[in-house]
Amino acid sequence: MQAFTTMTGLVAPLDRVNVDTDQIIPKQFLKTIKRTGLREGLFYDWRKQKDGSQDPAFFLNQPRFQGATILLTRDNFGCGSSREHAPWALLDQGFRCVIASSFADIFYNNCFQNGILPIELKPDEVLVMMKDVLATPGYQLTVDLGNQTVTTPNGTICRFDIDPFRKDCLYRGLDAIGLTLQHEAAIATYETRRKAEAPWLFADLRT
Amino acid sequence: MAAQTLFEKIWESHVVRAEPDSTTLLYIDRQLVHEVTSPQAFEGLKLSGRRPRRPSATLAVPDHNVPTTDRSVGIADPLSAIQIRTLEENCRDFGITLFGMNDIRQGVVHVIGPEQGFTLPGTTIVCGDSHTSTHGAFGALAFGIGTSEVEHVLATQCLVQKRPKTMEVRVDGTLSELCSAKDVILAIIGKIGTAGGTGYVIEYTGSAIRALSMEGRMTLCNMSIEAGARAGMVAPDEKTVAYIKDRPLAPKGMLFDRAVQAWQHFKTDAGAAYDVTVTMKAEDIAPQVSWGTSPGMVTGIDQRVPDPRTITDINLRQSTERALEYMGLIPNMPITDIKIDTVFIGSCTNSRIEDLRLAAQLARGKSVATGVRAMVVPGSGLVKQQAEQEGLDRLFKDAGFEWREAGCSMCLAMNADVLQPGERCASTSNRNFEGRQGAGGRTHLVSPAMAVAAAVEGHFVDIRTWK
Repeated sequence: MQAFTTMTGLVAPLDRVNVDTDQIIPKQFLKTIKRTGLREGLFYDWRKQKDGSQDPAFFLNQPRFQGATILLTRDNFGCGSSREHAPWALLDQGFRCVIASSFADIFYNNCFQNGILPIELKPDEVLVMMKDVLATPGYQLTVDLGNQTVTTPNGTICRFDIDPFRKDCLYRGLDAIGLTLQHEAAIATYETRRKAEAPWLFADLRT
Repeated sequence: MAAQTLFEKIWESHVVRAEPDSTTLLYIDRQLVHEVTSPQAFEGLKLSGRRPRRPSATLAVPDHNVPTTDRSVGIADPLSAIQIRTLEENCRDFGITLFGMNDIRQGVVHVIGPEQGFTLPGTTIVCGDSHTSTHGAFGALAFGIGTSEVEHVLATQCLVQKRPKTMEVRVDGTLSELCSAKDVILAIIGKIGTAGGTGYVIEYTGSAIRALSMEGRMTLCNMSIEAGARAGMVAPDEKTVAYIKDRPLAPKGMLFDRAVQAWQHFKTDAGAAYDVTVTMKAEDIAPQVSWGTSPGMVTGIDQRVPDPRTITDINLRQSTERALEYMGLIPNMPITDIKIDTVFIGSCTNSRIEDLRLAAQLARGKSVATGVRAMVVPGSGLVKQQAEQEGLDRLFKDAGFEWREAGCSMCLAMNADVLQPGERCASTSNRNFEGRQGAGGRTHLVSPAMAVAAAVEGHFVDIRTWK
């Protein structure tokens, strides 16, 4: 996994609440057996007009937001389906950071597995940024994971919270499975105890 | 020892180790796997040269992509076919039990886990699917995970988790006749909102919950994720034990007796504290119909479509306007005036034998309205077989319903069962997001009873007074 330390990037605004993962990446793109190449499916239905042509008004179709690496959005982003294809598609489009006033749990967690930093800011902070990004071509934000800050072009600094463990893994780009496997002895000890307490959970279910 | 909630008891019995910031390495007893969210996990194992730690703790089934028509002709969509073949190959390579597409035990992953006795009280269960919350009906801590975590559990039988908070949703009283668990959970989501449960595990308590069958509890817990909660649970009781007994993968004989004794522990102690408690009265819950594009946009059958002009909160007003535009509904119109052209009875929410029994009895002697397409998709091959033994398929077919093979089907329309743009569906599934059942399709979430009545009348009707 790619480490995340600091970044300064162009911001793309998605001014909606409750954006579900079915919208981020619709079902027809879930048939892949790969993690890559999902950019084409990102916000697929919202990118198009009724006649099937690209909607020039949709933010991802606007030239000014090409090359954006930070997605700015609103409440409960990523709700619904657990599909990790959602962060994969965002990553494929070039987003390394999503800033929102709140996130759904599974999506939030899935971001960390893919080197994407999800940042929860206060609703009024998001509102100001949303207004500014729409009004200011080339609007960029600077994200500093180490100091847990987002800095706006006029120098306003917004602090965000993050679990120390998640922060450390992302900051160093650690392999989560490799980390857990370092605790092999603890897992084995647990299994021995559990097997004595609840042997029915260790029956071989293979039929 | 301090009084504990059901959640706390399960959590604490699964802690392998905790980081200083209380991030926990949690042991996972069992994992369910399906074809859509697992290929990249198995690929990850192969690339890193890792093997599943306990392949025997894992059960796999294809469900999202499978056709619900005659399967002897194979799968028309080549991408779907590849995904299912990939699951078969991965299960073979890694020694994981698979109920293949032509196995009678095949079905929706959250139907077959309980049906097989794979789902047990006091356990931790995960699956790369947000509706894993279903299994909480047995007093398990069950939640959906992403594909990277599917790989993590395969490789380590553990997950790194932050401890969630606890929410009690207490429903006391008696439901009106033909009001069901589906109406209860939709009403709960309508009350607390689609993010109301974010960061929480919900425990459902109260006399109305205790009165629910296991099937009803599964429906209830299934949609916990639609309230933002990764997991929902109901403490096990004698109904739970009776349901599990003699299931193929359940413990047998003395081991079963020992397990039943251990399961007595899994209930919230008197005096244990939840972080939040929400209460509802069962008598206040009318049959529910969703009108918008999020499960929280829901109301009683005796109500009207909301009028955005009366909503003061600008965010709520805008999202309501947008939803009504997408759904093609007029503000203030009675819910009973909404005409439908498709009916889908199925999904991990409502496709179990009890759902089909009730739906079939209501369909008996009736006819699906002209111009309405109505389909019934059983939750598993075994549910289908059971229904056919009871003659339910005949009741459905005589009334003009299609009787199909088991799978996820039109709940998310990954197979050929897709709404066309503008089509309006009364659906017993769990999500009414834009395009969920097909691009441009319009979904109204309802109970199986409400779906049958809508199929017959061509519009929504109040099941409590429907003849």
